[in-house]
Amino acid sequence: MAEEHAALVAEQFDDQLQQYQTATLGMWIFLATEILFFGGLFAAYTIYRYQYLPAFEIGSHHLSVLWGGTNTAVLICSSLTMAMAVRCAQLGKKKPLIAFLFVTLIFGFLFLLIKFGEEWRHEYLEGLAPGVNFTYHGPHAVHVELFMFFYFFMTGLHALHMIVGCGIMITLIILASRNYFQEKFNAVEIAGLYWHFVDIVWIFLYPLLYLIGGRFPH
Amino acid sequence: MAEHVAHVERKRVYVTIWIVLLCFTALTTGVAYIDLGSNWNTVVALAIAVCKASLVVLFFMHVRNVSERMVRVVIVTAIFTLTVLIVISFSDFATRKLIPPPPGLRQASHIVVHHLGEEQ
Repeated sequence: MAEEHAALVAEQFDDQLQQYQTATLGMWIFLATEILFFGGLFAAYTIYRYQYLPAFEIGSHHLSVLWGGTNTAVLICSSLTMAMAVRCAQLGKKKPLIAFLFVTLIFGFLFLLIKFGEEWRHEYLEGLAPGVNFTYHGPHAVHVELFMFFYFFMTGLHALHMIVGCGIMITLIILASRNYFQEKFNAVEIAGLYWHFVDIVWIFLYPLLYLIGGRFPH
Repeated sequence: MAEHVAHVERKRVYVTIWIVLLCFTALTTGVAYIDLGSNWNTVVALAIAVCKASLVVLFFMHVRNVSERMVRVVIVTAIFTLTVLIVISFSDFATRKLIPPPPGLRQASHIVVHHLGEEQ
């Protein structure tokens, strides 16, 4: 019993509960810094949207609601499979854990494929990529470019988090297949917190970037 | 094994939240095609986003059942700081047109512009 206990609980913790609470709290503190990391961009976005609303509406109407909405659904589905993976880790079910982690990874790849392969490629070819290929010469051209800069930077930073998340998924799948999580489920749990956080960022990005001023005919 | 450390949620709860989140996504997309007048489209879109985020935090991220108060303190602190960041920054830009700069400041900014013009 004592040996088993030592294997599960690191030296600095009293028991498994304390270890679990410390890991969770640590992850939440990291996520708090992430909220402010994205928060600076959201604050800048709010101010420029207020100042150049007509230009932001034009820019927003060039984005694809279909693909943005699809990606929102993809991320929500990935959050469900991640939550189920955490549940399996808690219950010590190895095979379903690996299956759910794998499906989550596939959803992550699907999101990135739609983001880069469909949306970014399309916007680049349409001449809406600031600094690379920007050929829009309609009204408010300068500030439409500013909106597109916000769009590419915010979705790019989000996509970077998705890439990191996919790397974490791959790591967890490898560790799970080596029976690492038979008793330790903390790593899966806090990876889940990270994954859900990235989902939440997209939940705000979707209406703020794709649906500015509504999509009805003006 | 893990049951005494973490609360294990029922499957049905996760699936229900997932369906609600998908419905909210359809709702926010649908509402964007209806003209609600002035800024109400934005208000509704943000309200739905806040609801969705709250559901994810409470159920998927287990805050509803978390045993530790400190986690809640961290979340509230982060949201409060974010609010301060956005509201205080925005209130500056939103009120610039309402309150004209005092004459002395206008003169000073004129001097700066003049000075920069000389350098070029």
